[in-house]
Amino acid sequence: MNSNNGDRSGLVLEGVRAGHGSSFELAGISFRASRGDVVGLIGPNGAGKSTLLKAIAGVLPLRAGRIDFEGRPLRQQAEHVAFVPQREDVNWDFPVSALDVVLMGRYRSIGWLRRPGAKDRERAEEALRRMGLEGMGHRHISAFSGGQQQRIFLARAIAQEPVVVLLDEPFTGIDAQNRQILHQAIDAFAASGAVVLMATHDLEEVSSRCTQVACLNQRLVAFGPTKDTFTEEVLRETFGGRVVVLR
Amino acid sequence: MIGEYLLDPFDYPFMQRALAEVIIVGVVCGLVGCFVVLRGMAFIGDALSHTVFPGVVLSYIAGRSILIGAFVFGVLTAVGVALVSRTRRVSEDSAIGVIFAAFFALGVVLISRHAGFQRDLDSLLFGNVLAVSRTDVVVTAVIGAGIVAILFALLKELTLVAFDPTMARTAGYPVFALDMLLLVLIAATIVASLQAVGNILILALLVTPPAAARLLTDHLGRMMAASAALAVASGVVGLLVSYHADTAAGGTIVLTATTMFAACLVFAPNHGLVATRLQSRHGRHHAHHYHPIEEDADIN
Repeated sequence: MNSNNGDRSGLVLEGVRAGHGSSFELAGISFRASRGDVVGLIGPNGAGKSTLLKAIAGVLPLRAGRIDFEGRPLRQQAEHVAFVPQREDVNWDFPVSALDVVLMGRYRSIGWLRRPGAKDRERAEEALRRMGLEGMGHRHISAFSGGQQQRIFLARAIAQEPVVVLLDEPFTGIDAQNRQILHQAIDAFAASGAVVLMATHDLEEVSSRCTQVACLNQRLVAFGPTKDTFTEEVLRETFGGRVVVLR
Repeated sequence: MIGEYLLDPFDYPFMQRALAEVIIVGVVCGLVGCFVVLRGMAFIGDALSHTVFPGVVLSYIAGRSILIGAFVFGVLTAVGVALVSRTRRVSEDSAIGVIFAAFFALGVVLISRHAGFQRDLDSLLFGNVLAVSRTDVVVTAVIGAGIVAILFALLKELTLVAFDPTMARTAGYPVFALDMLLLVLIAATIVASLQAVGNILILALLVTPPAAARLLTDHLGRMMAASAALAVASGVVGLLVSYHADTAAGGTIVLTATTMFAACLVFAPNHGLVATRLQSRHGRHHAHHYHPIEEDADIN
C-alpha cells in the first residue's frame, strides 16, 4: 500500500512548507516523532511555531511536503488529531455547556446523522472528571475562568482519543493548579501512545517535559532528543543570539 | 367574549389557511433563525431575502410559481456569498451589499415593465398571507419539512462549525460545504416564508424570535424550541390582531415578534435587564459571561 521505506511508525513530516499569505513562510520542515513522544516546539516570536501547528492540524493548507502518521497521510486520519489553540477561536456566547463542548470531541467517531449515545456521554464526563471539572459539565462555557476553559478544551481533546495532539502555548498565563492538571493531561496523552507537539516559550517546561525538541526559526534549526538538542549553541542559533543560558 | 375574539376569525377558510401558513413558517424560521443569530448572519439573511426578489418577479411574469424563481436566485446568492467570503480581496460586507442592492433593483426594474405595477409590487414585497391558497400551504409545508429534516439530520455538524470552525477543520469536516448548505437552508426558508410576510419583513422572523429565545436560555436545544414557539406565537397573535384592527398581516406579525423580544430583553430570567440589575445590586456576580483575556498573543 505504501512504498515508503520504514517510516511507518509515528508522525513523519517531510519537506513541509506552509504559511499565511505571501509574506511569511515556513519551509523545509522534516522530522519524525514516535508514539509517546512529547515534542517541544521552540523559537522566537514569528519563528513559525503556530504556523507549523496549524499546518499539521489542517487549518492552513500544506504548500509542499507531506505529513504522515503510521505510513498514511494524517489528513486521512483527521478525526484523531486534537488541536488546542492558544486562544480558542470559538464563539463564547454560543449556547453550549462544558459537557456539550467535550462531546464535540466524539462527533467524528459518532459519525454523520447519529446522536451522541450513553457511552459518548460517559467518556465526556470521564474526561471532564480527569480535568478536575467533575459535576460542572452542565454550566455554560462563559461561566468558567480562563484556566478552566482551557481544561474544557483539553477534556475535549481527551474525549477525541487522539493519536496526534497539538498544543499552542499551553502554559501561557496559567496558575499552579492549572499547570499541574495540564501536566497530567500531557502525560496521559503520551501514555496512551499519542504524539504530543507543543509550541511554547517556557524552556523550563521543555527541558523537564519533552522527550524531543524542535527548534524553529522559519526553518528547522535543530531537532532531536531534549538532552542532546537543548544546548547553548543550538538555543543561540534558534533565538539569534538573544538567549542567555544560565548554568 | 374572548373566545369569540380568538375563534370567530377562523370561521373563514382564508383565515384557516393563513393560520396554517404562519404556524409552518413560524416553526421553520424559528429553528433556522437560531443559526442566523448565533453565527451573526443577519446581514447575509437580509441580502438573501432581497436577492430572491428578481426570481419572484420573473416567475410571476412568466405565470409560474414564485417559489421556483425565488429558490433559483436564493441558491445563486448563497453560492455567490460563500465564494466571495473565501477570497479576501473584497470585504464580505461590501460584496454582499453590492450584490443584494443590484439584484433587488433588477427585480424592481423588471416589474415596472409589468401592468398593475404598484399593486403587484406591494403584494410581492410585503406578502399576502390572507391570499394563500390550499396549494400554497401544502407547498410551504413540504419545503418546511425538508428544511427541518436536513437541519436536524446535520444538527451536530452545523453546531460544531458554528461554534468552533477551527476544530471542525482540524477534525476533517467539509466546512465550506456545510457553510454552503446552511446558506441554502436559509435561502429556502426565506422562499418558503415569502407569501406569509414578504421579502422585506422576512428578516424579522429569522432574527427576532431566536434573538429573544437566546435571552431566555443558555441551552441550544431549548433555544431552538423557544425560538420556534415565539415565532409561531407571533404569527398567530399577529394574524388575530391584524384581523380585528384591520392592519396589514405581515407588519402586524413582525411587530408582535418585536414586542415579545422587548419583553424578553427586559424580563428574561438571567440575561434580562431586570435580572442583570438585580444581580449587580445583590453583588451576585457569578463569573457569568466572563471573557478570558489572554496576554502574549503570538502573531504567528
